[in-house]
Amino acid sequence: MAKAKRLGLKERYSLMTRGLDWETTYQPMDEVFPYDKYEGIKIIDWDKWEDPFRLTMESYWKYQSEKERKLYAILDAFQQNNGQLNISDARYMNAVKLWLQGITPLEYAAHRGFAHAGRAFRGAGARVACQMQSIDELRHAQTQLHAFSHYNKFFNGMHGFAHLRDRAWYLSIPKSFFEDAMSAGPFEFVTSISFAFEYVLTNLLFMPFVSGAAYNGDMATTTFGFSAQSDESRHMTLGLEVVKFMLEQHEDNVPIVQAWLDKWFWRGYRLLGLVGTMMDYMLPKKVMSWKEAWEIYWEENGIALFHDLSRYGIRLPKYHEVATKEKTRVTHELWATLYQYGNALGLHTWVPEDEELDWMSEKYGDLFDTMYRPRLLFLREQEQAGNRYFNNRLPMVCQVCQIPVFYTEPDDPQKQCVRIVEWADTKHHCCSDGCADIFNREPEKFVQSLIPPQQIYRGDAGGARDIFEYAEWLHLKKDIDTGEYNGSPDHQNWEAWQSQQPTPQANSDEAA
Amino acid sequence: MADNVFIAFQNNAEAQPIIEAILEDNPAAVANESPGMVKIDCPGRLVVRRETVEEKMGRDFDLQEMHINLISLGGNIDEDDDEFVIAWNT
Ligand SMILES: [Fe+2]
Ligand SMILES: [Fe+2]
Ligand SMILES: [Zn+2]
Repeated sequence: MAKAKRLGLKERYSLMTRGLDWETTYQPMDEVFPYDKYEGIKIIDWDKWEDPFRLTMESYWKYQSEKERKLYAILDAFQQNNGQLNISDARYMNAVKLWLQGITPLEYAAHRGFAHAGRAFRGAGARVACQMQSIDELRHAQTQLHAFSHYNKFFNGMHGFAHLRDRAWYLSIPKSFFEDAMSAGPFEFVTSISFAFEYVLTNLLFMPFVSGAAYNGDMATTTFGFSAQSDESRHMTLGLEVVKFMLEQHEDNVPIVQAWLDKWFWRGYRLLGLVGTMMDYMLPKKVMSWKEAWEIYWEENGIALFHDLSRYGIRLPKYHEVATKEKTRVTHELWATLYQYGNALGLHTWVPEDEELDWMSEKYGDLFDTMYRPRLLFLREQEQAGNRYFNNRLPMVCQVCQIPVFYTEPDDPQKQCVRIVEWADTKHHCCSDGCADIFNREPEKFVQSLIPPQQIYRGDAGGARDIFEYAEWLHLKKDIDTGEYNGSPDHQNWEAWQSQQPTPQANSDEAA
Repeated sequence: MADNVFIAFQNNAEAQPIIEAILEDNPAAVANESPGMVKIDCPGRLVVRRETVEEKMGRDFDLQEMHINLISLGGNIDEDDDEFVIAWNT
């Protein structure tokens, strides 16, 4: 039977989306859209904007509501069947805690950021794409909170993500990343989030890590993770479109875009070190190492994208070769940092089991066996002798990425990498040449960063005089929410649940 | 050799016919499975054809339904009613 004749997707889409905006007459366009020129990006013709997915608002709502129905059906089943008991091991939950504390607030920040960027662009195509993304990101924040709220009934450290977000020293890493983007202009914002972060780098978060969640029996995270990622393909193509659009509109845009790509590649890479550490250390059952994920998603897929952009005169982002050099080290160095500052974290840390160390040897080779395995074994020995190591001070953190200045020189894994930058008679510390360059390009911006350890030691953390008072101010209970995993209430509860003993009361927190 | 483009789907019953159709229409495509997902890599260009998916599904299929089970992709996109193409321009 012949199908009813209807317009093709391209015509249908252009009828539904084009010519709906207008030139303002009561006020000049530059007054109505005051933010889309000051970054120096020149747009000759906004009508050249292409929406790769050609998704109308009508279809958008149709497919999004279907995604939600599927997601919540699975979450209901998960809760009714005590899905928390199916995870591989309770250590796994610490990856979920870090997600809730560090990543979920970014979803909400993205929601705000895209609402703002959408308002700022005078082209209707870009406005609609930003509006859809803004709604998606709100959905991501909400579905994550719904999924995690079930775990909050059984595990510690999940009771106060919003309180922690603005106060915990380690959460300033993701928070400052987004606030840097949100305080930039709209073109830089979309380049940083949709392109550098979502297109180039978040495949590393949502693909291997969420696949890892599936492998570790976490149906809740797997489900919202992949559901969110289905929106992500749209966000990624928005990122690629905005970059191509700027590059095609005017040659003067090329150096501006290149500088943003250099900056946001490095910032995104630094942030993702946390995800790599979740993959290598916090997944009891391992799917893929950070090194392998880096090779697939950056060295293969990311570089392919930059080859494609080379026809506009775009080169690979600065210091990408440093990131590749560090792929055998980053997660081991960062885990050692989290391990020692464990008294000021809303999650537990531990030394991995022998089997896991063997997996790391296999994946990371000699460097792991000569440098990191002996250190981990030493820490385990100390812990077993009743002398669990904590560094009960706070670290010096990078003025740009806010990660402790603990990484090593690109060519010497035994030497700490520190770069001191100066501006207006003040000195600041950076973790790398990448971060130092970012500082030097916008010193007026980065001298204003609030650096948590400095603020805390100045007494701005409720007057806390040491790390333990500081943790209290974070509403974290010592050795319940913080500290070593072995012997923690989470650990004891898990063992009891596994051996079918009567369920102990997991959560001592009044806050829900 | 041309750089790979890729597309990834949730590894569920709904996505199965889409994955099969892609592998049939793109002889150079390789499917890589990991828990919960399937990633398909293909040198240079990959096409999803509506007709092939409909054959596998045994029902009408709107290419935009892919959004529901799509996880990620890499490459420039061109989409119409009959084909969804991912390609590098280099
Ligand atoms: Fe998101
Ligand atoms: Fe997103
Ligand atoms: Zn840094």
